[in-house]
Amino acid sequence: MTFKGWILPLLLIAPQVLISAVFFFYPAGQAIWQSLFIPDPFGLSMQWVGLGNFEYLLGNKYYLASFWTTAVFSTLVTVTSMVPALFLAVIADRLIKGAGTYRTLLIWPYAVAPAVAGVLWLFMFNTRVGIVSWYLGLLGYDWNHVLDGTQAMGLVVVASSWGRISYNFLFFYAALQSVPKSVIEAAAIDGARFWRRFWTIVLPLLSPTTFFLLVVNIIYAFFETFGVIHTITGGGPQQATTILVYKVYADGFVGQDLGSSAAQSVILLVVVGLLTVLQFKFVEKRVHY
Amino acid sequence: MAERTGMVEKRGWGLWATHAMMILGVLVVFFPIWLAFVASTVTQSEITQPPMPLMPGDQFLNNYREALFEGVNVPVLTMLVNSTITALGIAIGKIAISLLSAFAFVYFRFPGRGMFFWLIFLTLMLPVEVRIVPTYEVVAGFGMLNSYSGLIFPLIASATATFLFRQFFLTIPDELAEAARVDGASPMRFFWDIVLPMSRTNIAALFVILFIYGWNQYLWPLLVTTDPEMNTIVMGIRQMFPSGDDLADWPVIMAASILAMVPPIVVVLSMQRLFIRGLVDSEK
Repeated sequence: MTFKGWILPLLLIAPQVLISAVFFFYPAGQAIWQSLFIPDPFGLSMQWVGLGNFEYLLGNKYYLASFWTTAVFSTLVTVTSMVPALFLAVIADRLIKGAGTYRTLLIWPYAVAPAVAGVLWLFMFNTRVGIVSWYLGLLGYDWNHVLDGTQAMGLVVVASSWGRISYNFLFFYAALQSVPKSVIEAAAIDGARFWRRFWTIVLPLLSPTTFFLLVVNIIYAFFETFGVIHTITGGGPQQATTILVYKVYADGFVGQDLGSSAAQSVILLVVVGLLTVLQFKFVEKRVHY
Repeated sequence: MAERTGMVEKRGWGLWATHAMMILGVLVVFFPIWLAFVASTVTQSEITQPPMPLMPGDQFLNNYREALFEGVNVPVLTMLVNSTITALGIAIGKIAISLLSAFAFVYFRFPGRGMFFWLIFLTLMLPVEVRIVPTYEVVAGFGMLNSYSGLIFPLIASATATFLFRQFFLTIPDELAEAARVDGASPMRFFWDIVLPMSRTNIAALFVILFIYGWNQYLWPLLVTTDPEMNTIVMGIRQMFPSGDDLADWPVIMAASILAMVPPIVVVLSMQRLFIRGLVDSEK
């Protein structure tokens, strides 16, 4: 059932279309356009280089290193945020009483902004005053994420995963609650122990949720962790924590290399496109599920 | 929810072990927030001589007063106001434009409908992070740097809310629109009197999610607010750290961090049901 007329609906969509055009399509177009130029040394004019910026990037060892860093970082964040969440959800699911209270307590970190989470973890691992780094020192372990690239990566991974545990927990818990209890009990009657039931029945039933969370967490690690990295390491030491999004910022705003930054944006756009397609493929599948 | 019988439910020792593991998990997850709170209630010298205490001190009022009214570059109170305006602007703005366009897509057939739908759909794929430089240039061109509109507008156009409302409107029985038309009610009357009241829960659920989304923004405020007076709290905390080797004013910074967490946590906890619903809806 629809109403007549076409002026009113056009007016109704006008605000969204206008804002999308001005703040989405025009800048995205600009990014694609700028990626084909380099500014001359005086910054007065732009010189056409075709795909030169892309060729340069794909042959640049820092950019390729950043790709690798992003892959390592997003894999670690995804695993570190999903495994504890699943574990906690499985435990919470076994409780009749109290699960609600635990859930309420576990939601908190979700509300904490990634950048604030960065500050909290930086505080705990601060080389001068951090309580965790101090105790590690007592144990004879020298903590210095300012100099040690591996430690820096570990710290940004943990700080980025922390809030996501809440998020993943909520989804896993909801999924576990909808697993039919009769199936579990049938297996229990057949003598299957808890872990056996978990591996052979529960986990396969959770696979749609798991796959969904996998994609969403990768997207999160790619695009929403800028705040964590900017507050804790600033991409260092020696670019050890410079993920792709951070590099777009560092090259575009700090380095003022607009052509390269724009080309990086275009590459990221392709990555987002692929991830989104993956996500929708999944949604489609779940509808038929 | 099906009634749970005892068969696969733990009892006795097993039940206690389960609770113990859960409590341990909660403690570990909670520890960073607790430590930040403790740090915001002690003196600087208690922190700079590690290990810092694990129980709150007596400097709560002092530290929070200093953070709120003096801060480092700018009083935290100013940043809290900026964040509130930005988050409300983003949440309300997104909901308003999405309600209108979803209504148009569901209840009208108009020229270019399919094309516009796809255009809006495409914005799903463009997080602000991948187009920061050109978007910054647009905002600067409009003279919107260091302004609330510069903070809000680039973040309010996104397709998620539009799709959500579209999905929901499609479930509203056709008879209602039919009846409205027979009664001679205009489309906008139908929107105000029927559609909007029916969407209350969806609007509230989305509001919770979008408020937190807006409050927690970091990169965009970092770029467009060069004037400390316009900093939002989440990006402003980083600016409170001294450059170089100077020692940070940890109690004040931690008080600011706690203050930055309170509004989103209050929103999440007080509207937990709506929050979980909004979360599940908006990600589907």
